[in-house]
Amino acid sequence: MNKPIFRVYLVVVVLFALLVAWTSRWTVFEAEALRDNAKNRRELLDQQRIDRGPIRDRDGNLIARSVAGPQDTYSRRYPDDPLFPHAVGYSFVDRGQAGLERFYTDALVGDHGEITTLLDQFLARKREGDELRTTLDPGAQRAAIDALAGRKGAVVVMEPDTGKVRVLASVPGYDQNAIRDQDTFEALNGDEENAPLLNRATQALYPPGSTFKVVTAAAALDSGEFTPDSTIDGNSGKEISGVPLANSGGQDFGPITLTTALTNSVNTVWAEVAEDLGKGTMARYMERFGFGVDPPIDLPADEKAPSGEYVEGRVVPATSGAVDVGRMAIGQDKLLVTPLQMATVAATVANDGKRMKPWLMDRIVDPDGRTREDADPEQEARVMSESAARELQQMMGNVVREGTGTAAALQGIEVGGKTGTAEIDPDTDLNQPWFIGFAPLDDPQYAIAVTVERSQGGQGGDTAAPIAQRVLQELLR
Amino acid sequence: MSARNRELLALIPASLLVTVGFAAVFIQEDDLISDASLTYGGVFLGLCFVAHLIIRFTLPDADPYLFPLVALLACFGLVMIYRIDETLAREQAQWFVIGLIVFAATILLLRRDYRVLERYRYTIALLGIVLLLLPRVPGIGAQVNGAYLGIDLGPIAFQPAELAKICIIVFLASYLRDTRQMLVQGARRFAGITFPPLKHLGPLLVVWGAAMVLLVFIRDLGSSLMFFGAFLAILYVATDRASFVVIGFSMFAFGAWFFASTVGHVADRIDAWQHPFDDELYDQVGGSYQIAQSLFAQADGGVAGAGFGQALIETPGGGPILPAAQTDLIYALITNELGLAGACGVLVVYLLITERGMRIAMLAQDSFSTLLAAGLSAVFALQVFVIVGGVVKLIPLTGVTLPFISYGGSSIVANFLLVALLLLISDRARREAVGG
Repeated sequence: MNKPIFRVYLVVVVLFALLVAWTSRWTVFEAEALRDNAKNRRELLDQQRIDRGPIRDRDGNLIARSVAGPQDTYSRRYPDDPLFPHAVGYSFVDRGQAGLERFYTDALVGDHGEITTLLDQFLARKREGDELRTTLDPGAQRAAIDALAGRKGAVVVMEPDTGKVRVLASVPGYDQNAIRDQDTFEALNGDEENAPLLNRATQALYPPGSTFKVVTAAAALDSGEFTPDSTIDGNSGKEISGVPLANSGGQDFGPITLTTALTNSVNTVWAEVAEDLGKGTMARYMERFGFGVDPPIDLPADEKAPSGEYVEGRVVPATSGAVDVGRMAIGQDKLLVTPLQMATVAATVANDGKRMKPWLMDRIVDPDGRTREDADPEQEARVMSESAARELQQMMGNVVREGTGTAAALQGIEVGGKTGTAEIDPDTDLNQPWFIGFAPLDDPQYAIAVTVERSQGGQGGDTAAPIAQRVLQELLR
Repeated sequence: MSARNRELLALIPASLLVTVGFAAVFIQEDDLISDASLTYGGVFLGLCFVAHLIIRFTLPDADPYLFPLVALLACFGLVMIYRIDETLAREQAQWFVIGLIVFAATILLLRRDYRVLERYRYTIALLGIVLLLLPRVPGIGAQVNGAYLGIDLGPIAFQPAELAKICIIVFLASYLRDTRQMLVQGARRFAGITFPPLKHLGPLLVVWGAAMVLLVFIRDLGSSLMFFGAFLAILYVATDRASFVVIGFSMFAFGAWFFASTVGHVADRIDAWQHPFDDELYDQVGGSYQIAQSLFAQADGGVAGAGFGQALIETPGGGPILPAAQTDLIYALITNELGLAGACGVLVVYLLITERGMRIAMLAQDSFSTLLAAGLSAVFALQVFVIVGGVVKLIPLTGVTLPFISYGGSSIVANFLLVALLLLISDRARREAVGG
């Protein structure tokens, strides 16, 4: 009977080989698909078991932390009166992630992409998250939010030479802790009028108004076609692209220098300058300033938007046939920008023409206190020559000294800047006031962009410039 | 070296495993370190040693590797269950004590000649059938996921099918020893297929009918497959007629197909097996949630595994993410934590145990011993195939246990009894083989 016994055993071996084959199927060949299966909540639940590292502002205050819950789980807690909800974002199992929580999630959960050793696996070492130190400045952020005083809008402050973002304020804010509740989250998400979850500093697109003349001026000076003293006719009603263009209040300036034209924000002069430079030159400088692509800030891609000429919801280059270059040059036409982009413009001028990558991360520190990553200043582009930038700085200094931006002036410290007032709806007098600038004028430490959304009759000079003044004052205190 | 010294040496891997395993659990959950839990390992190794001494004094010639392999699985299972739930591990350890008492008692009672069992074959067969049907007796039967596999006697829950499988194998071995010659000699060829003689076809049809009744009453495709598969294995060993197996298997397949399409519960299980991610089946009670989670757990394990103690078993809210992790799905948990590599290791140990069993069957000098050893080995291997096959979605998932690893008293007791019988056969066979 030995032969049949042996054959029975062979059948058992075959059956077991099938078991091995099927186990391999799920563990190796189809593992990826199973992990991605919508019904598979393991990864999400797994994340709950990780003690995410804290996030701190630049003063070391906790702006996001993990608290231990039942059964070795952790959940996220944020300050009760959060200063940085949009920048920090949130991380909840049922809600997903946003902001820095999402962008730096690998570091925060301690995933460094290393291959864990078998010993690590066997001992099941607990994974600990790294700490994220941000560049965010609580004092200045508080000043920005206070200065906006409940008006919808945004303030962005950067260090021109390092790109560190000190202020990224978006009003209205929201309570990160509250959105753990499904109904609250849906209510916030559905509030289209206030859009509290929208990061107005990086996602909202507004017409820039006259602040864009800084870009036009940079192109004019750096291209060598113009100097600050070039004289151009500043009368109102000049034909631009075949249609008469008016100055603010219909004022006629006669022949004036570019310096005067920036100080008094003369539309007709800058429109003519751009027409002289041509679409190609304007497009080149806009590209150097970072228009047309997502800003390189360390936030998730769907929480930032590119600035530029928008046609049918998409950015087109300034060379497009749809663009009226003269009106674009003064911030009209189809131009839409984010406050972060305009802060970048101011910072580039302040940094003698070098555009730096904006950083929200200052450094990442592991649980043992070692620095894993440092935010080294990174140059994104050389936008203009140092001399052109210096000339533009002086021209912007004039704006605050004696022009439209005097409300941004500080006691004992010279400020450079440019105001803007984009008309949203002339019939109801709805405007988008702007101020961009930097201080101190001779050695810029901070670059700023301020805007207020749908301001009733507000002008850049009387509405946005005072906000910039308060924030810069706090920073230079 | 004597067989018993080899056995003692072979116990070393088991003792290493239990030591390292418990140490790993301690390191991971350092708040659990306590003298009480550390003694688990010690007590368990002590039990293994006692069992070794029993074998040494009563069955000196028995196969030296069978018991160490079983001890290895039992150690592994205990560590695995300890990692799931400390309380369950304590209960499991108590069941091991009872299992070893049954093991020792079986050996002591039957060591003179286990072949006395043949005398009681009809009593044993009846006992087996009664055991199988017990879960359907109102008041003590317990239905789990639509299948009737357990009985509930207040303090003790029991899966009688575990014991029934041994009864039925003993009966079949004894019955086929008597009839095998007649089955072979009376066989006729018809249309190119060899059919057993009609006179003896009767009892075989009875066994087939029993398997079908099992399917209908217990409503469990897996245990029917296990019983009927073991029957076919013994039948084949007894007659050396592959055609009998083909006929038998066709009849089983037809019956299974027929009942699968008529008995609601069996049909549900098959639907869940084929469409584990179907929305409706997934949310249904007793639907495909379990098998889907089993696959997710295995995918999570990959080749090397997530690491011991790392797998998710419960959601933070306390709901099961891997339901029945300590019983039905323990193989999925093993794959999750130790990966494909660990799972294959476990399967190899089962294969080695089956190999020892088959070797004992080959060595045995009389037909009853051969058939009994082959039948016991086959039913053991098939039980592993049925539950692991269910967990890996090779066949529909059913509620049988993974021998020596799954949590559950009846499984441990019955499988120790099975191993005791194999050792008894082995002792006699090797002595006779040596003695000439």
